Amino acid sequence: MNITVNGEAREVEAGASVASVVEMLDVAPGARGVAVALDGEVVSRGRWAETQLSEGSMVEVVAAIQGG
Amino acid sequence: MSDEHLRIADRTMSSRLILGTGGFANHELLAQACRAAEAELCTVALRRLDPAARGSILDVLDEVGVAVLPNTAGCYTARDAVTTAQLAREAFETDWIKLEVIGDDRTLLPDAVELVAAAEELVDDGFTVLPYTTDDPVLARRLEDVGCAAVMPLGSPIGSGMGICNPYNLSIILERAGVPVILDAGVGTASDAALAMELGCDAVLCASAISRAHDPVAMAHAIKLGVQAGRQARGAGRIPRRRYAQASTPEEGMPAFDVQGVSQSVGQ
Repeated sequence: MNITVNGEAREVEAGASVASVVEMLDVAPGARGVAVALDGEVVSRGRWAETQLSEGSMVEVVAAIQGG
Repeated sequence: MSDEHLRIADRTMSSRLILGTGGFANHELLAQACRAAEAELCTVALRRLDPAARGSILDVLDEVGVAVLPNTAGCYTARDAVTTAQLAREAFETDWIKLEVIGDDRTLLPDAVELVAAAEELVDDGFTVLPYTTDDPVLARRLEDVGCAAVMPLGSPIGSGMGICNPYNLSIILERAGVPVILDAGVGTASDAALAMELGCDAVLCASAISRAHDPVAMAHAIKLGVQAGRQARGAGRIPRRRYAQASTPEEGMPAFDVQGVSQSVGQ
């Protein structure tokens, strides 16, 4: 199915989870300062594995940078 | 003024200089500046994850031993700012948020309407909210009224280095605030930070003036001293300004050299 990750179109298997998308971005398990929003709603880290994506899902994966 | 420590919500800090981490050329320079500033709190931002990025800023700040203050930089609506704050809470495991809701990309001035809406929603959601605001005393009061833990008025626009353009407005905010007031933008050099503290600010947040200085580490140290000097001067109580001179040497006991109305100079 087709989803969007950080503004880029991606194709993932049906039933893919938030965790699989994070893994796809080469984020080490337990990496600090990373958070995810699915369709504009924050998904807490504890729910990454169980949260399934659907066709057209918009995923934002953000990380800490210098700023402010 | 007698209290040495800065208290915001449930946190007590001995440093009154909060370091913004934006603009440093690299993590090593940031770490050095952070130490020179003796900061205990540093801002961090969130952006789309860059798989090519090397090393996390969090590891750097951990090593220096400072706490993080996430911001919502770049948000233009209350909705985006609230979502970003919620992401920050997840990413940084803190409910502290430096709330920025910008209304215009050239001035980067806060959007008052969106700012108050976002502040109210975040306070209700359990956040400790530190809003970046204009130097408008009414807006500062509104932010305090909705439950912000501090207010962070600008001295002048972000990164402008213009110092404190309206010390009178800032003074009104300071006279009336019931929460800590942190000068949040516009500092260009150490004297600006000193003035903020002399006016009665509880702390100064500084990023560009340090990170974009020719020697960021030296400037971090200078601004730290400026904050300390200003705070001490505030406590010491400055003399009032007056339009005419007031001699510091007493006039009483002046010898007379005027003989028969003719003035004579000593030594001639």
